[in-house]
Amino acid sequence: MQVAVLLFARLKELVGSAAVTLTIPSAGTVADIRAALGDAYPQTQPLLAHLLIAVDKEYAAPDTRVLPTSEVVCFPPVSGG
Amino acid sequence: MISTIAITTAPINYQRLVEEVRTPAAGAVVLFLGTVRELTAGKQTLSLVYEAYTEMAQKQMAAIAEEAATRWPIAKLAAVHRIGPLGLGEVAVAVALSTPHRAAAYEANTWIMEAIKARVPIWKQEHWADGTTEWQHPSS
Repeated sequence: MQVAVLLFARLKELVGSAAVTLTIPSAGTVADIRAALGDAYPQTQPLLAHLLIAVDKEYAAPDTRVLPTSEVVCFPPVSGG
Repeated sequence: MISTIAITTAPINYQRLVEEVRTPAAGAVVLFLGTVRELTAGKQTLSLVYEAYTEMAQKQMAAIAEEAATRWPIAKLAAVHRIGPLGLGEVAVAVALSTPHRAAAYEANTWIMEAIKARVPIWKQEHWADGTTEWQHPSS
């Protein structure tokens, strides 16, 4: 299954794009998104363990299911304020 | 009552936010402003660039405001975070709120700022005086 994923801040800079398409198993989860991102873009490895992943604008746990229609977004720890 | 909750590229009109939360129902008003600081551990900042996942940031800010309103007797509350390029001294974030007595106003404002820094998907990029740039990502 292909999933469109949006990226922000340092992650976007490392990948060189604000949006990527990742391939994960058809009953895939947020954990699969993290693994697929690291495989497709090895330069993200130093950030990978710290990345936060949101599905449909909510923080998602590793076992959260991802659908082809899900809005999936990956980003580094936040630093607003 | 929660009034303004916003992510904006425009300068924050914090005087307006203060007036927005003033009410005869409250005896205390606390305004917090987060501003762009020139020196961080001896390094000189020229400017900051803030980026947001705007839709989720807006939603998280609203959720934080609602949670604060269940914890403290907040009469009125307004919170705005600015994004885009900001120069030294400019206001990046403003939280204004009113409560019947001052202890709750200070506590609630501190809690809201900690929650914003921990949960709202906004990132700052330092533009240092030496010409380099650096995204700030705590714990990474």
